Amino acid sequence: MTLSRTGQIILYAILIILALLFLTPIYIMVITSIKPINEATLSGMWKLPSHVDLESYQIAFEKLSPNILNSFYLVIPATILSAVLGSLNGYILSKWRFPGSNILFTLILFGMFIPYQSILIPLIQFLQKIQLYNTIPGLILVHVVYGIPITTLIFRNFYANIPTEMIEAAKIDGNGIWGIYQRIILPLSIPGFVVVGIWQFTQIWNEFLFAVTITNTSQQPIMVALQNLSGSQIIQWNIQMAGALLAALPTLIVYIFLGKYFIRGLLAGSLKG
Amino acid sequence: MAQASPFTTPQTHPKKRSGRNREKWIAFLFLLPSILAIAIFVYGFIGWTGYISLSKWNTFVQDLTFSGLGNYRFLFNDFRFQSDLRNTIIFTVLFTLLCIGLGLFLAVLLDQKIKWEGLFRNIFIFPMALSFIVTGVVWQWIFNPSTGINLILKKIGITDPPLWYVQTRVVLPLHIGQIQFGVPMALIAVVIAAVWQLSGFTMAMYLSGLRSIPDELKEAARVDGATEWQTFRYILLPQLKPITFSAVVILGHISLKIFDLIYAMTGPGAAFVTDMPGLYMVETTFKGSHYAQGASIAIIMLLLVSLLIVPYLIFTFRKEETA
Repeated sequence: MTLSRTGQIILYAILIILALLFLTPIYIMVITSIKPINEATLSGMWKLPSHVDLESYQIAFEKLSPNILNSFYLVIPATILSAVLGSLNGYILSKWRFPGSNILFTLILFGMFIPYQSILIPLIQFLQKIQLYNTIPGLILVHVVYGIPITTLIFRNFYANIPTEMIEAAKIDGNGIWGIYQRIILPLSIPGFVVVGIWQFTQIWNEFLFAVTITNTSQQPIMVALQNLSGSQIIQWNIQMAGALLAALPTLIVYIFLGKYFIRGLLAGSLKG
Repeated sequence: MAQASPFTTPQTHPKKRSGRNREKWIAFLFLLPSILAIAIFVYGFIGWTGYISLSKWNTFVQDLTFSGLGNYRFLFNDFRFQSDLRNTIIFTVLFTLLCIGLGLFLAVLLDQKIKWEGLFRNIFIFPMALSFIVTGVVWQWIFNPSTGINLILKKIGITDPPLWYVQTRVVLPLHIGQIQFGVPMALIAVVIAAVWQLSGFTMAMYLSGLRSIPDELKEAARVDGATEWQTFRYILLPQLKPITFSAVVILGHISLKIFDLIYAMTGPGAAFVTDMPGLYMVETTFKGSHYAQGASIAIIMLLLVSLLIVPYLIFTFRKEETA
């Protein structure tokens, strides 16, 4: 493509300005979090700190570390379980279709779009009944169940790219459903698991509605604790920003190192596959 | 068909067929746990919420006495809920339009074979990796009337900067019932934060769409003497229609359900200018113990989302069936 010289300059100028605007909230977070208490003032919001002071990180970490741990206890099993279920469902729904399987898939997909408020009261009653209310295992169950639609969708789209001839050949060799899954599908699934794993990790880590309504006190995941931290009046905002950065760090790290798969999950999740 | 005697060699065809049927049943069994989970946790629970919404359970003690549409009638006369409906509609329209506009604009810029494309792309998408809570905490400070953006506005000579989410003014007011239908100024701040978080998503969608359009198509247009703008307007844009359709559905349903960002950034706001049904539902149910009213709000939210999602699902289902 041939843009004129001035066209090029304008193009880059627009991109750089927009990129800086997009980075502004990160700038605010970072500089505020490394400010000493007396410099974290309303009027000095945009100013750089006179020196780097990491005390706010120490305070935020002391307050938030139990909740960060809670989040890891929640996210890791929930991600693995929902990926495994999604893989099995996606395999069946793309390679072993039966009459009505497409309707079934559409009915499962609908679960991805509902506002969770519309199931929240029965869900809490149910969790109370089975004694999992206000527990991490309860939250794991919730995320696994409501993760089924999206993980099934991503795996179904992913498996659609595996040629049917391969499956047919394996059938002729005498493999059944499970044999084909183990010998052919599973070994080819690693990129699918990476995409789904990253997607679920990010979503569950960042989730708030279930976390805030299903847990209280010591069982709270990080996002609830962060919200409580910033909701209280006495806390200085350098500590808030340090807390926000700590809470965002795991998903940011995933994004920085595995961004390609993150974006793939993003696109797969938008029904384009 | 004749009864098969144990002594005759079985015919291969019927056996193969019954084998295939058996496999279909096994396939169904694989799905069964998920089917049951979805049946109970999605459809069963929605049904139960619907039932609660028709009951009198508006105190701490569960009371499932039938009250008909009483809770819905209450809500549609309620100032807070009327404001919520206005806010959710205005927010959805502004948020969806801006995300699509900015996303498409960014995608077209990045499609010009520029240097550092990956870096720019990553900068525009990274907010997607953040939680709405984190976003809310940061943008709350940026739009705080006594600091943030207003410090910059004052510096460039604007003596009377906007109050952002504290503002209670509704622009283009039109009185319907007790509320002013129009654009609440306070929502603008929330829209900006939400667009910051999600426009990278539309950009990624459009970029992948632009990349999937064959180069020959663009070349052919250029050979025919089309200008850049004409190529974009008459060749590329029509090809991007399905993506716009998906983006509207996805952004629309996110915004109709929005909860965390509001919760962390502004709360209901003065005179409920930034309140949303999702927030009202949680507050009235879990702080006020108005379970039946909460359930009614939830059902209305579900209906709003379904207006957008059900036609979309039917459409993609049909396309799949004919493909």
